[in-house]
Amino acid sequence: MNKKINKSDFKTDWSYSPAPESTDHIKIVKKNDLFINGKFMPPEKGKYFKTINPANEQKLADVAEADKSDVDKAVKAARKAYDKVWSKMDPSERGKYIYRIARLIQERAREFSVIETMDGGKPIRESRDIDIPLVSAHFFYYAGWADKLSYAFPGKQAKPIGVAGQIIPWNFPLLMAAWKLAPALATGNTVVLKPAETTPLTAMKLAEIIQEADLPPGVVNIINGDGKTGRAIVEHEDINKIAFTGSTDVGKMIMKSVAGTGKKYTLELGGKAANIIFEDAAIDQAVEGIIDGIFFNQGHVCCAGSRLFVQESVADTVISKLKDRMESLIVGDPLDKNTDIGAINSKMQLEKIKMYVDIGQKEGGSVHQSSCGLPEKGYWHAPTLFTDVSQSHRIVQEEIFGPVLAIQTFRTVDEVIAKANNTPFGLSGGVWTDKGSKIFQVSKSIRAGVLWANTFNKFDPTSPFGGYKESGMGREGGLEGLMPYVNLV
Amino acid sequence: MSQREDIKKTYKLYIGGKFPRTESGRYIKWVDANNKGAVNICRGSRKDFRNAMVTARDAFSGWCSRTAYNRSQILYRIGEILEGRRSQFANELILQGSSKKEAGNEINQSIDRLIYYAGWADKYQQIFSRVNPVASSYFNFSYPEPTGVVSALAPNNSSLIGLVSIVAPIIAGGNTVVVLASEEKPLCSITFAEVLHTSDVPGGVVNILTGYRSELLDHFSSHMDVNAIVYCGNESEEIKLIQENAALNVKRPIVYTDENWLSKNVQDPYRILNTLETKTTWHPVGI
Amino acid sequence: METFIHRIDQVGAQERVSRLFSRSIKKESKIDALNTVLSMIDLTTLEGKDSPGKVKQLCYKAAHLHDQFPNLPSVAAICVYPTMVPIAKKALENTNINVASVATAFPAGMTSLEYKLEEVKRVVVDGADEVDMVISRGKFLRGEYNYVSDEISLVKEACGQAHLKVILETGELVTLDNVRLASDLAMEAGADFIKTSTGKVSPAATPPVVLIMLEAIRDYYKKTGKKIGMKPAGGISKAKLAIQYLVMIKETLGQDWLDADLFRFGASSLANDVLMQIVKQSTGVYQSANYFSID
Repeated sequence: MNKKINKSDFKTDWSYSPAPESTDHIKIVKKNDLFINGKFMPPEKGKYFKTINPANEQKLADVAEADKSDVDKAVKAARKAYDKVWSKMDPSERGKYIYRIARLIQERAREFSVIETMDGGKPIRESRDIDIPLVSAHFFYYAGWADKLSYAFPGKQAKPIGVAGQIIPWNFPLLMAAWKLAPALATGNTVVLKPAETTPLTAMKLAEIIQEADLPPGVVNIINGDGKTGRAIVEHEDINKIAFTGSTDVGKMIMKSVAGTGKKYTLELGGKAANIIFEDAAIDQAVEGIIDGIFFNQGHVCCAGSRLFVQESVADTVISKLKDRMESLIVGDPLDKNTDIGAINSKMQLEKIKMYVDIGQKEGGSVHQSSCGLPEKGYWHAPTLFTDVSQSHRIVQEEIFGPVLAIQTFRTVDEVIAKANNTPFGLSGGVWTDKGSKIFQVSKSIRAGVLWANTFNKFDPTSPFGGYKESGMGREGGLEGLMPYVNLV
Repeated sequence: MSQREDIKKTYKLYIGGKFPRTESGRYIKWVDANNKGAVNICRGSRKDFRNAMVTARDAFSGWCSRTAYNRSQILYRIGEILEGRRSQFANELILQGSSKKEAGNEINQSIDRLIYYAGWADKYQQIFSRVNPVASSYFNFSYPEPTGVVSALAPNNSSLIGLVSIVAPIIAGGNTVVVLASEEKPLCSITFAEVLHTSDVPGGVVNILTGYRSELLDHFSSHMDVNAIVYCGNESEEIKLIQENAALNVKRPIVYTDENWLSKNVQDPYRILNTLETKTTWHPVGI
Repeated sequence: METFIHRIDQVGAQERVSRLFSRSIKKESKIDALNTVLSMIDLTTLEGKDSPGKVKQLCYKAAHLHDQFPNLPSVAAICVYPTMVPIAKKALENTNINVASVATAFPAGMTSLEYKLEEVKRVVVDGADEVDMVISRGKFLRGEYNYVSDEISLVKEACGQAHLKVILETGELVTLDNVRLASDLAMEAGADFIKTSTGKVSPAATPPVVLIMLEAIRDYYKKTGKKIGMKPAGGISKAKLAIQYLVMIKETLGQDWLDADLFRFGASSLANDVLMQIVKQSTGVYQSANYFSID
C-alpha cells in the first residue's frame, strides 16, 4: 500500500463517453444502380440485393445485381472508351483526370469514411485515418506516372493492355478499388470494377466522383453482384486482364478459368504471416506491432500477422503484456471515434471465425479472449489469442481472416525461419529485434513479399505489395504496380 | 592392323550434378538428320522429374545466397567452357541438321548469350530495385529475389541456343531449374550438361532431362514444389494445360512464343525478372 | 545496478502516442477529465525573479482557483524554489495543498553531493511536503549509473518523510532508451515519483517521453508491486494536451494512477486553460482569458 501524500479527497472513476461520428452530413443512395458508360442505369433483369450495416444488421441500401448481359454492356462501354478515347489520349491529360479524382476524394473524405464504416463495420478511426487518406494518396501517386512510363521500364515501351476486369474484396473496399483503378487508368487501360457484395456503397460513391470528374464515359464502369457476376467478368472474352484480390481458392479458380485465353492476370490472395519477436526487441513497441498486426481491421487483413513467434526467453513477458494490452482495446460501435475493433463484416465471416476458434480449442489450444462485452445486435468477435499450438494445428495453417492470433515460441533463428516459411503462403512477415544485421538476415530469409521490420501493417502508395507462393502474383503499389497493366514491347 | 573403332557417347540425364540413366530404363531411338547413325536418348520419366525436383530444391538455398558476383562469374565460366568445346557441339548440331555455318553461328550466339546474362547477374538487382519514398518515418526498399525452383520446357525447334536462352536468365536470377530439352534436337543438351558440370555450377542448380514433352508436361506443371514454369512453344492445348495446372499452387506460368532463338530480341533483363519476386522491406527511422 | 536493458523504438513509441492522442473525449468524460487535471496540478513558479509577494499570490490562486465555481478540486501542490518554502507553507496553512520544493541545485544539479543533501534537509525542515530533485545528467551520459543511483538513494534518505520526485531532465538524455534506463534506475534507487523535466531545458515533457516513463512505471509495478508516481512538467499549458495525458495514463497504467497521489502535472499556466474549458463546458460559451485571474 502506497503512502497517501495528497491531502485532497478528489476521486475519479473516469471513463470515455460515447463519441459517435455524426452521420447527418452524408447521403446514402437508397437504390444504387449500375454505373456503366458514365451513367447510372438499372440492371437488365431488374434484380437488386440489400447491403446491411454489420454493426446493427440494419439495411442501408439496395444495390443492383449485374448479370451476364450487364457485364457485357459494361465491357462494351469499356472497350469503346479504350479504343476511341482513353488509350489515344495524351498521357498527361489522362494524369489530370486521375489527379482530379484524388482531389475530389480528399474533399469528400469524411463522407467516404462514414459510409465505409457503416457498410463494412470497420472503426471510423481506421476508415478516417487510414483507408480514405490512402485512397486519395494512391490516385495522387499514380496520376503522376501517366506521362512518365517511358522512365519506368528502361529499354522497353509500355503499352496499355486494354480492358481490365477488377474484382475486389470487402476488407478495404474503397482502398482496394483505388489500388486497382489508379494504376490501370494511369497506364491507359479502361476498367470494369466489381466491389464485394457486402461492401458496395463507397464504390458507388466513387462512381459519383468519377462523374463529377468528367472522366470520359466508359473508362470506369462499376457493377455489383456476387461470385456469379465476378465469374461473368472473368469469363468475358473481350476482357484482356483480370485483377483480383480475395481468397486463394477463388484465385486458383480464376487461374484455371483464364488458362489458355491469353488474358493477363494479377492476384492478391491469402496469407498466414509470421510475426517474429526476438528477445532483443523493443518489447513494448513489439506488443503494439502484434496488436496492429492481428487486430487491425478486425483481423480482416490478408497480410495480418496471424502467426506470432516469440523467443522463449521473453515469451512470458510478451504474452502477459499482450493480454494487458488486449484489455485496453475498445470493441463496439464502429462509428464511435474511440472504437478500436468494430464489427465483423458479415454473418458468414463471423461463423467462419467462430468455427476456427472451436477447432483451435478442440485441437488442444489454450484460448484467451479480452473481457470486453459485445453488443447484442450485429456481428462481433472479441480479440482472441491461442497459446499451446504448433505448426500442425489448423488455426496455425489456415487463414482465419479474423481477430484470432496463434502464438508459438522458438529458441533459435534457424528454427523460427524454418517455421515461418513452413506454409504455402508468402504474403508478409514481421521481425522485431534491435540488431540491424539480424533484421537483414531474417527478412532476407523469409519467403514473402512484404517484410515489416520493427513495425507491422504499414501501407503506402509508393510501396509495392504482393505475395510469394500461394499468396498471389504481381505487385500493387509503387513502380512495380504499373507492371501488371502494361505490355512491354 | 585392324581399324580403330570409335567410342560412342552414352546420352544420359543430368540430375543433381550427376549423370544417371533414366530410372525407368526406357529410351528413345534418335536418328540423325542424314539417317546415318542412331543414339539412344533417355526417355525421362515422372520419377526422374521428381528426383530432379528434390535436388533442385536442395540446391536452391545455396545458389540464391551466392553473391551476385559469384553467380556472374559462374555464368561467364559456362561461356568459357562452351567456347572450348565448340567442335563437339558443332558435330552434334550438324547431326541434328544444321549446316556447318549454322552450327558455328548457333554456338557463337549461345556463348554470347551466356556472357550477356553473366553481365546481368550482378546488375539486374540495381535496375529492378528501388527506395520507395513512403510518407511516414520509414525507410522502405524493394528488391528482387529469385522465385525459387523453376521447371522449364526448352524450345522444341531449337537445340543449344534455345536451351541456353531459357536456362541462363533463370539461374542468373538465383533460381534453380529442371529443364526438359528439345525433343527433336536433344543431343546438345547432355553435352551442355557436361559443360555445366565443369563450370563450377553447383550440382542441382541446373537439371536436364530428355524425353517426351507430351508425357512430362503435366508433371512439370502440376508439381506442388515448382514455383514457376517456363514454357516455350505455341501449342495452345499445352499452354492451356500448364496454365490450368499452375493454379494448383499458384505457380507462375511464363510462356515464350518466340520462334527465332538466335535473335537478340529474345534476350533482355525482363526475362530474368519473369522468375523473380519483389520483396519490400520497411524499417523505422529513429534514434 | 541490475537494471534489465529495455530497448525503445522511437517511431513505434510516437505511433502509440498518436493512437492514444486520437481518443475523442467529449461531454461528461471531458468534464470529469478537466476536474481530474485540476486536482493533479503542481502549480509552479520557478523564476529567478520570484519574490514572497509573487509566491503568496500564487498560493492564494491555488486555494481559490475560480470562486465563481464552487466545488472545484484544488490543485495538488505549489512548487517553488527552496527560499520560498517557508512563505508558501505559511500561505497554504489552512488548505489541503502541499508544498513542493525543488532542490539539489536545481535546475543543473552542478554542485557537490554534500551541498545537495544539505539543501534537501533544509527544505524539509522548512516544511516542504515534497522534494523535486534533479539527477546528474553529465554522470548519467558518461555511464556512471552507480553514481547517479547512489545520489538518488542518499537524497531519498535526506528527505525523511517528504516525498521524493526525481527529475530526469529527459531533454538532455537524448534518446528514449536513456529515458527508460534513467526511469528504471531512479525507481530502483527509491524515487516516489519520476518527473520529466525542470522546465528550463527544451524539449521538456514530450508525449513519447511520458509514455516511456509510464511504461517503465508499469513494468516496475508488475515486478515489485510498488506504485511509483509520474510527473510530466514543462510545456503543458493546454487542457487538451493534459486530457490526452490522462488517456495515456488510463490506457498504460490503469485507473489507479488517475490520482494526484500517483500523477501530477508540473505547470504554471495549465490551470487557467482548464478552468476556461470547465466554464465553457458548463455554460456552452467559449471563454476569454480576461475572465480568469493570472496569478
